[in-house]
Amino acid sequence: MATETEHAAGEAAAAAEVALGTPPEAAGPGMPQLAFETFSNQIFWLVVALVIIYFVMSRIALPRIAGVLAERQGTITNDLAAAEELKQKAVDAEEAYKKALADARTEAQKIAAETKAEIQADLDAAKAKADAEISAKTAESEKAISEIRAGAVDSASAVAKDTVEAILAAMGFSADKAAVDAAVADRMKG
Amino acid sequence: MATEAHGEETGGLVFHPLDQFIVKPLFGEIGDPVSWYTITNVTLWMALAVLAIIALFVFGTRGRGIVPSRTQSIGEILYGFTYKMVEDVAGKDAIKFFPYIMTLFMFILFANYLGLLPMSFATTSHIAVTAVLALAVFLTVTIVGFVKNGTKFLGLFWVSSAPLALRPILAIIELISYFVRPVSHSIRLGGNIMAGHAVMKVFAGFAAVAAISPFAVVSITAIYGLEMLVAGVQAYVFTILTCVYLKDALHPSH
Repeated sequence: MATETEHAAGEAAAAAEVALGTPPEAAGPGMPQLAFETFSNQIFWLVVALVIIYFVMSRIALPRIAGVLAERQGTITNDLAAAEELKQKAVDAEEAYKKALADARTEAQKIAAETKAEIQADLDAAKAKADAEISAKTAESEKAISEIRAGAVDSASAVAKDTVEAILAAMGFSADKAAVDAAVADRMKG
Repeated sequence: MATEAHGEETGGLVFHPLDQFIVKPLFGEIGDPVSWYTITNVTLWMALAVLAIIALFVFGTRGRGIVPSRTQSIGEILYGFTYKMVEDVAGKDAIKFFPYIMTLFMFILFANYLGLLPMSFATTSHIAVTAVLALAVFLTVTIVGFVKNGTKFLGLFWVSSAPLALRPILAIIELISYFVRPVSHSIRLGGNIMAGHAVMKVFAGFAAVAAISPFAVVSITAIYGLEMLVAGVQAYVFTILTCVYLKDALHPSH
């Protein structure tokens, strides 16, 4: 490999010789890049450096970084899965909450309807009772009123008869009781 | 030594923008011979890149936090960015090359940015370094292509959707472009980094002249900002081209 390099570099050196106008053998003025006596040194130390870097990379550094990256990827994936799970839980909880709310609402409506019906029933009963009482009282009152009315008619005819008799007596007539009665009864009808 | 050679050309001004790229032993003189095992400034700055990568990816991720620390999240971003790039560009079956591509990307990225520190040495500005990186990619891609697909890998060069008469010509073009890949791959990275650093040094030379020094300083600042962008973009381009080549190797059909 080194001889190939030197050969290739030799050709380049010939070109550089023309460009610089100084033969590289004239030590110094030529490009240090074409000082072939240093090539073995450079190549030797380069190979040493590359071998060390290669072993450090392939044995220590790269597996370590690959491990760290894989571990991080794993952690991220796990965290994402956990987050997904928690999100699902939250959604479930929300659904459960909504369901409970709907149930409670239905229950409340049911209770309200039941209560309403109960109250209505009580109300109806009370109303019926009151109606019955009212009608009983009305009937009683009507009876009393008719009694009072009948009493009033009797009293009125008695007062009328007495008044007629008194008027007749005052005028000096003796009253014919039967005739007076008939006359009063007749007028009372009118 | 470079100073005298360039001194006359620039007439008074002292320019040696390429001196920053000289590979020199860390302990000793510049002129000392550099053998393959010598500890040089290349060694130092590559070691710093390696240490910075270890600091970020090993010590930064030590907490292994589910919620990352700041350093850990930088490491994770770079990991995720590169992983996605490999997966999107090269396909799912290219994931087993992920550590390899990550190694290339991080080395180039850190070397580019460390090279931007003042007084530092940009290792990726050297063709020797980028050529090794590009050739490693080229060889990997070619070998993987033949191992995975056998002779079907040669279908990469045989454009079956083109008219039959054009196919041999296209095959030659495809073949040439395939072999030019490592060259362009390495010179793109090395050239960009080298050019940026050299230009900054040239403007730094201008800063010595009082009349134009404010302009030079502003220019250095602007170019430094541009180089911050280039350092990231070139590392990215190198890596994404690696992914593209890898995709060709795994799925050679057009």
